Amino acid sequence: MAVKTEPVTINLGPQHPSTHGVFRLRVKFDGEVVLDVEPVFGYLHRGTEKLAESRTYVQIVTLTDRLDYTASMSNNLSYVLAVEKLAGIEAPERAQYIRVICAELARISSHLMATGFLLNDLGAFATPLMYCFRERERILDLFEMLCGARITVSYMRPGGVLQDPPDDFWPALTRINDDLPQYFDELESLITGNEIVLARTRDVGTISAEHAINASISGPILRATGVQWDVRRADPYEIYDRLDFDIPIGAVGDTFDRYLVRIQEMRESVKIIRQCIEQTPDGPYRADAPWFIRAPEGDAYAAVEGPKGELGFYMVSDGDISPYRCKIRAPSFINLTALTDMLVGWKMGDLITIFGSLDVVLGEVDR
Amino acid sequence: MAQRHRREPEIPLAKEALDAKGESLTALVNEVFSEGHDVEVGAAVDEVTLTVQPTSLPDICRLLRDDPRFDFDYLRCLSVVDYEDRMEVNYHLFSLDKRHKLVVKANVSPDDPVVPSLIDVWRGANWYERESHDLFGVSFTGHPNLVPLLLYEGFEGFPGRKNFPFHDYDEW
Repeated sequence: MAVKTEPVTINLGPQHPSTHGVFRLRVKFDGEVVLDVEPVFGYLHRGTEKLAESRTYVQIVTLTDRLDYTASMSNNLSYVLAVEKLAGIEAPERAQYIRVICAELARISSHLMATGFLLNDLGAFATPLMYCFRERERILDLFEMLCGARITVSYMRPGGVLQDPPDDFWPALTRINDDLPQYFDELESLITGNEIVLARTRDVGTISAEHAINASISGPILRATGVQWDVRRADPYEIYDRLDFDIPIGAVGDTFDRYLVRIQEMRESVKIIRQCIEQTPDGPYRADAPWFIRAPEGDAYAAVEGPKGELGFYMVSDGDISPYRCKIRAPSFINLTALTDMLVGWKMGDLITIFGSLDVVLGEVDR
Repeated sequence: MAQRHRREPEIPLAKEALDAKGESLTALVNEVFSEGHDVEVGAAVDEVTLTVQPTSLPDICRLLRDDPRFDFDYLRCLSVVDYEDRMEVNYHLFSLDKRHKLVVKANVSPDDPVVPSLIDVWRGANWYERESHDLFGVSFTGHPNLVPLLLYEGFEGFPGRKNFPFHDYDEW
């Protein structure tokens, strides 16, 4: 007698620890195998783009903090670059170095969280995550020294930064930067060679380079497929063209490659910060820009390499004190489009892992 | 009494600042689209812009992707801007190999904004188009699944547009 079977549709989320926020996956299963996935989101939609249309250029900085809240410095940087490009403001060199340092620190802290939560999703509850959070905590302490806030920093301004770092910031930064590689070694000794991690992540959730490029995927997910594309090199901004760093790439584009690319990127960030500490000149930390910036009529697009991928702002101005339109190109949002293609054919347990390896932040997806 | 006129502030235009790559791309675009195409070449700060007719979008974009001189294989961003008299759909393109960038613009009427879908050219356009349909009401013909993405089902109106009433919105 044949056993009668039929596909089952299950809702994962919106409240589920593995969804990293308020996010729902409508999954169709055949037994334990995924047949189809439909991501459902928008629970956190705050209309950031619309809110920006009624705020002045400086006020919008606070809105950008709340997009990707694990790396608010990168959001700040992308936004102020777009405004500077449109308004023709040039930030002093010292400010550019400070901003690069902040963005790289944000990258490290975001990648640490991504790695910790990936391990969490693999079933190694809390312990590896707490190792990652220990380092992240020290980076957040640095942000607190700069501006008094840890997550919602709002540290950058069109034309520079809010204030010069205090005197004890630089020794603290050097100390942490020198400690970080040892932390990464420790983390890697726990994870990289671990047999369970390898078995669960090798060749799981693979995506090809052609597919990733065609689907506008960016960041570590694209680089894990072997494409050496990084906005810092391809379309340089700030002072990245003066710095010496490598762009790590993966071989096959599986979950393990994505993890490995993130770890190597953190090591490169440490290198970048070390060069910045040596090269940061004295001088003003903020250009002489007016408080109410009136950008000339026109439009401009500026992008940075955020921790999740290409983070861009498209600003349109009609000459008023607030932008006419502010479009946010959120990397997590676009990286999610690849999710369905990655998941079909895998099992329930792999679904959680693959989703965790994408490292999406729902504040940015929903905007 | 002499009537006093309030002087309207003069609004300057954003300065063009094309780099060497931008200049050569402008020349190339002018050369390829010199005849038989209803296009307009310009610049937006540091990017070359190409304004095209909405109906010719798929053909031109396929040419931009497949022609080795352009090689635009990456769609960076798709955005809709609601100007007073028109709606503008912007496609920010990038070439991973050549490392040059181009903005393709298409203007549609705000009463009946219809643009052909570009999913066949860049599959990354999928969610961008759904989002634009969600917030601005632009319909993309040929898109397989234009259901709401960010707003909830049954939401009325297009909150991205300038005429969406925000101030008489009741809290519930």
